[in-house]
Amino acid sequence: MIHIPILRAGRSYRSLNTVRVPHIKTGEPLVEVSQANRGLIAKDLLDIALQKEVLGQRSAAELISICKKAARLFATETLPLDGTVQSPTDYIQQVSGTTGMPEALCEQNLFKIQGVLENIDTVLDGLTRGLDLGVLDTGWGTQNGRTLSYVCETDSLGAVLPSNSPGVHSLWVPAIPLKVPLVLKPGREEPWTPYRIAQAFIVAGAPAEAFSFYPTDYAGANEILVRCGRSMLFGGGSTVAPWLNTPRVEIHGPGRSKIIIHEEEQNNWEQYLDLIVESVAKNGGRSCINASGVWVTANGRKIAEALAARLARIEPKPLDHPEAGIAAWANPKSAHGISSLINQHLKEPGATELTTGDRVVELDGCTFLRPTVIWCDDAEHPLANIEFPFPFVSVVEVPSTQLVEAMGATLVATAITEDIMLTQDLIATPRIDRLNLGAIPTNQISWDSPHEGNLFEHLYRQRAFQFG
Amino acid sequence: MNLSRKITEAQKSLDAHVREIIKWHFSPKTGCPFWLEFAKNLDFDPRKEIKGYADLKCLGHFEDEWLRGGPVRRWVPKAYADEPIYVFETGGSTGVPKSRISIRDFHIDYEIFSESLSDEGFPPGSDWLMLGPTGPRRLRLAVEHLAQHRGGICFHVDLDPRWVNQLVRYGKNEELDAYKNHVISQALNVLRAHENVQCLFTTPKLLEALCEKISLPKVGIKGIFCGGTEMDAQFHRFAREELVPGIDFIPTYGNTLMGLAACKPFDPADNYAIIYYPPHPRAVIELVNPENPEELVDYGETGRVMLTTLTKEFFMPRFLERDEAERAEPIPKYPWDGVENLRLLTELQESVVVGVY
Repeated sequence: MIHIPILRAGRSYRSLNTVRVPHIKTGEPLVEVSQANRGLIAKDLLDIALQKEVLGQRSAAELISICKKAARLFATETLPLDGTVQSPTDYIQQVSGTTGMPEALCEQNLFKIQGVLENIDTVLDGLTRGLDLGVLDTGWGTQNGRTLSYVCETDSLGAVLPSNSPGVHSLWVPAIPLKVPLVLKPGREEPWTPYRIAQAFIVAGAPAEAFSFYPTDYAGANEILVRCGRSMLFGGGSTVAPWLNTPRVEIHGPGRSKIIIHEEEQNNWEQYLDLIVESVAKNGGRSCINASGVWVTANGRKIAEALAARLARIEPKPLDHPEAGIAAWANPKSAHGISSLINQHLKEPGATELTTGDRVVELDGCTFLRPTVIWCDDAEHPLANIEFPFPFVSVVEVPSTQLVEAMGATLVATAITEDIMLTQDLIATPRIDRLNLGAIPTNQISWDSPHEGNLFEHLYRQRAFQFG
Repeated sequence: MNLSRKITEAQKSLDAHVREIIKWHFSPKTGCPFWLEFAKNLDFDPRKEIKGYADLKCLGHFEDEWLRGGPVRRWVPKAYADEPIYVFETGGSTGVPKSRISIRDFHIDYEIFSESLSDEGFPPGSDWLMLGPTGPRRLRLAVEHLAQHRGGICFHVDLDPRWVNQLVRYGKNEELDAYKNHVISQALNVLRAHENVQCLFTTPKLLEALCEKISLPKVGIKGIFCGGTEMDAQFHRFAREELVPGIDFIPTYGNTLMGLAACKPFDPADNYAIIYYPPHPRAVIELVNPENPEELVDYGETGRVMLTTLTKEFFMPRFLERDEAERAEPIPKYPWDGVENLRLLTELQESVVVGVY
């Protein structure tokens, strides 16, 4: 069986404690993943400053060129996997096998990660707003006639990662050219991508010491968050609750991304259906940047009906089907649980489901949830502002003056409106993390724009500096 | 004597011991009120019917609720009514803890355990640091007695695991860290100030925390007796290879209800699996099918821990613990069943806060 080891500052370690992750379809173990005990992580992290020193010896320019090389290796080459090897095709099948994401979508994610690595200079430009990265090598510099200095606030970036979509791993990648070692805790079903990215970097010439990879339990994840000077934590509810008031831990919770449509007289909503469908369903609807709400000021029911007809066309397909667009559930119980929760909420007045037929579907040995569209005439309804990791969307109608207040925290908002007041409100609210004005799908990322927090600002602080 | 003969002898001595214990606890002259009352509701006399370990079945399964709440004196055997009585508690993070009375059992258990310790790792006359749960738990007095029994003096640091459990339950990471540092700094004071401290009792997590601050071989620690919470093979390996290489590291499993189990002597062939043998004939562990506790599982198979304690102070037949393990074969040193990879029952693993100190 394939084995994924722990990486202790780049050094492979096989644990006596392993978790076998099954193939979603056959139930047979597909991979054995070594699990790090909490104390091992703690012990390794005592020396993390040494790993930072090793990484820091490389210039930012050199690390950027390593990223570009890693981009090609990650997407096209066969890479080491604990004594064996893994081709890009193996990787795609393996990710699909344990997570239930269709192979075609896994491939798209592979290209997304390649894109981030390949365009890392543009990404870094976006994060630093055009800082000459030589400043990170020397600690200070001059730009536009001003003296600048940045100090790194941590010896490592911890990342407690999810299993929902491989593309999410592009978020921590810039840490390497920013000269901060990584301490990665993969999701249970998705050890593949972070391990493969690390291998691509190491083969490309990055210091192996900069990559620590600890599949572990709750206590181990906690240890990472306690000990790393800066971390990112993916999850919701009780997972993130203890860390909500800890600024050194950046929380990546539910996105509740939305599309907002407010037209005066035009009634053009039909021409935005493609955009809505893409925002809701792209990547299997699994990402936090997928829209889970369409908030409108008129025609709500009509929009919801049209959307239901469009999304109903996306039917579950076998995971190796080239047109498969919905992911299977690694744990069928969760699929049934979510479906029951939706049904339970639908009993409360104020929401109607417009999609028809069975929501839970078994196909080819896998369990799927079919796209679901809810029409909410009550913005306070429990289904109005909720996110699930499948193509689920609520259409909510509210007056334009109440819209921004009612929609709450939103990771990505795409607003289609010419109303000046609403636009100003949207620009002013701190509760939207990324704002798209105009017909831009919520899942469309611009390389040069920070996404879900700004990693550079998370890792570095600008400080006053004078040179006499 | 070959192993099978030893096994047979051990079974015989167990059966004889069971008869003696049953006679003691069910006799109005020596027994405790609980069991004498219990016998009144039976349609047989246990002293006549129970001829060996297998016959304990007729008493059913001991229930842990019987140990929650008072009156605690109903557990004191009449023969010991005038002795000084200790009460020890177990668990207690929420609700009423289980309590067990004791007179000398914890001394006896730890004196027997002492015989399994090497003089190199735990030199007679050397002093100890007990860095583990104190308060109403047996462990604090038991480790102190072990030290005294080996001619040493035992230093202590206070530790309240129930408070630690609360901090974990409510996700108070910073307070947890502060409490840990408070405990560890006291331990460091003892280790730095008293050079004859060569033996240490501690829990896995506190050992890790201590090793972050100090080199235990450098301050003269030669032996570590580690227990209090579950340990797995990976932790055992990590401790031997990385935390305390060169120190005599002895994992143990004990609890207030059983006493103290000894660990199988280290053998590289076991690949760090931790295999415990209960203190025969004072306690017996059987691994049973969780669905049907009357059915013993085979060697190497996983089963739920069923514990029987058989001392003159405490009789607890066939109590189903909340732990599971694999059944291990008898060995010449311990010719009776052992347990391997002891851990919380799978069905409870997600719902219970354990092993936090």
